[in-house]
Amino acid sequence: MEDILIQILNGLDKGGAYALIALGLTLTFGTLGVVNFAHGALFMLGAFCAVSTHKLLTLSVKVRDESITYFEAYKEQPYLEIWWGDTGTAIIDYAVPISILVTIPIMLIIGVVMERGLIQRFYKREHADQILVTFGLAIVIQELIRTFYGANPIPTAAPDIVSGSAAIGAFFGLSENLVYPWWRLIYLAFAGVIITAVFSFLKFTTYGMVVRAGMSDRDTVGLLGIDIGRRFTTVFGLAAIVTGLAGAMYVPILPPDYHMGMDFLVLSFVVVVVGGMGSLGGAVAAGFLLGLLQSFASMNEVKAIIPGIDQIIIYLVAIIILLVRPRGLMGREGVMDD
Amino acid sequence: MKIISLKNDYVTTLLFAVVVLLAPIWLSPFGANYPDLLQKFAIFGIFAIGYNLLFGATGYLSFGHAAFLGIGSYTAVWCFKLFTMNILPAIILSTLVAGVFALFIGFICLRRSGIYFSILTLAFAQMAYSLAYSVLTPITNGETGLQLTMQDPRYIDAMAGVVVPEGLPSTNLFGISVNGYSGFYICAVVLILAFFISLKIFRSPYGLKLAAIKSNQVRMQYTGFNPRPYLISVFVISGMFAGLAGGLLAAIDPLAGAERMQWTASGEIVLMTILGGAGTLIGPLLGVLVIKYFENIFSAINESVLHEAFSFLPETLENVVVFVTHLFVGEGWHLSLGVIFVLVVTFLPGGIMELLGLIKQRYKKFRSESTSTSSSKTESKGEK
Repeated sequence: MEDILIQILNGLDKGGAYALIALGLTLTFGTLGVVNFAHGALFMLGAFCAVSTHKLLTLSVKVRDESITYFEAYKEQPYLEIWWGDTGTAIIDYAVPISILVTIPIMLIIGVVMERGLIQRFYKREHADQILVTFGLAIVIQELIRTFYGANPIPTAAPDIVSGSAAIGAFFGLSENLVYPWWRLIYLAFAGVIITAVFSFLKFTTYGMVVRAGMSDRDTVGLLGIDIGRRFTTVFGLAAIVTGLAGAMYVPILPPDYHMGMDFLVLSFVVVVVGGMGSLGGAVAAGFLLGLLQSFASMNEVKAIIPGIDQIIIYLVAIIILLVRPRGLMGREGVMDD
Repeated sequence: MKIISLKNDYVTTLLFAVVVLLAPIWLSPFGANYPDLLQKFAIFGIFAIGYNLLFGATGYLSFGHAAFLGIGSYTAVWCFKLFTMNILPAIILSTLVAGVFALFIGFICLRRSGIYFSILTLAFAQMAYSLAYSVLTPITNGETGLQLTMQDPRYIDAMAGVVVPEGLPSTNLFGISVNGYSGFYICAVVLILAFFISLKIFRSPYGLKLAAIKSNQVRMQYTGFNPRPYLISVFVISGMFAGLAGGLLAAIDPLAGAERMQWTASGEIVLMTILGGAGTLIGPLLGVLVIKYFENIFSAINESVLHEAFSFLPETLENVVVFVTHLFVGEGWHLSLGVIFVLVVTFLPGGIMELLGLIKQRYKKFRSESTSTSSSKTESKGEK
């Protein structure tokens, strides 16, 4: 029972990340009709926004270490601690949540520049060309990150107060052994908030309504005198923000390195395909579904029956879905039916 | 006159063979005349020719071709371990095994087209990669990679009574060593064969069917052809080429690792094909030549070389220039590759071959303008 509960939590948690990434990907796909292989790179850029924020906050200077008296010792002390004392320490501790504030504008700029600079040239070209150019772009971003941050993963801790585990078992009156890391719970909640925000933006605002109209029939919206291209640029920026935030908050769970983007890219495409190309609800549902499936497949009992299933379950599901129901779980008819 | 035109398959192949076999000579001015690199040229050339048969001819963008390369490598190493150090059975076997896998994967993936096909091949390649790393460790030796050991049985060699020298035996082709130039010439012969096959395919009715698939599948069906058998067979052929390349790769260095199967490795062959010019005969080979060459040259450049090269500049400027160029060479040569690739796809979708065509056109126009002769000479020259 506990095992199963833990696996459900694991699955939801993984699913939250998958859903966020896939949401961004399907937003760009559904609106712009562009297959973006640089999407994983956006996720990675978000993660490195968090890393950079942490680095920036901990800019240090060499000072005399007063606690050691019998020889001259020096230590690195962050400027923030010197200037503001304990407040500074607290700010550094909260580097990852603070990085959200940095990530949003940076990702918006990156998204808009990417769309205006490169991707808008590819609206009229074949999907194969779009895949190729964004794949090249992903390589460029990945290599730039490697040049500036090195090849090793950079661990960045979550705030101290949530670094432990939550005793959810005790809270719900179940076993004491049922504990779960706080930060993962926070990530799950965060994913929920972002997903709700995106959906309500598209559902309840006029701007979102126009975007949705553009997704289903671009030409007619254009005939109504609305500059749909401008709005789509914004949507691309929004997708970049969503993906970037997913990456930034993921940093305490998985230390980012330069090829993280490529690793997540395949996964996010699989999620989008399973959910149905261009379907936002499908992407979210498929994200959670695949997350749950993956965490159940990695249980020892399951692995004993089918060895190696945890490694391939996601791809297997994707292959079956594509063959049996090419539209995906919730894909609309007529969108990319090839 | 007809016989010696480029339209004749044998003449083209002969010309190609001469160019390839003389590669050590015409590549030496570029500093690319050493066996390791030449072997890489030839092997990846085979891989690219095979990939071009699928992507160039039919337009199906596969992102999982490295899986066949990996399968070929594993098969070849197992062949060395179990049977004999002679590379001939190994490369034949690796081609066949890759073909079997390609048949299975192609049968499933080719039910979809467009980006769904790409994603399906991607999923299969990632599956192969993850399995090679985890459950299949008894076969693939996981992260360490599959290697020869002293305990290998090598049944055929043992039966034939081959004397094993001290240490690990090395691969050979009926006693010819595959290291150094002899290795290159073995690969080159295979490359020429591969080129001939691809030429025959492109210029056959079968090749025309493939072109029909690329331009309009629905219309092709209306004329009474079922595209599916053509697609599956070309997928298998192209997978076999990849397996052959993988087998050769293992033959010159008997070691196979799972990273050869990762999807970014598939991406590399896509880069080479596009950069050279997909769909043309020579283009993919040019792409291989350019990418592998610059990989070697750029990777070797380090900061001190750059400082020397730019030492004529004032010091501050020199440092700036060195800092910027340093991003693009040495470790960061992939960055230059990515930038070039993005530019090529954006502005020159036909790759190097399109560039050559443009230059030829300009030159023709320039000549006809300057001599102001009548335009009667501008006859169509056919493709290349």
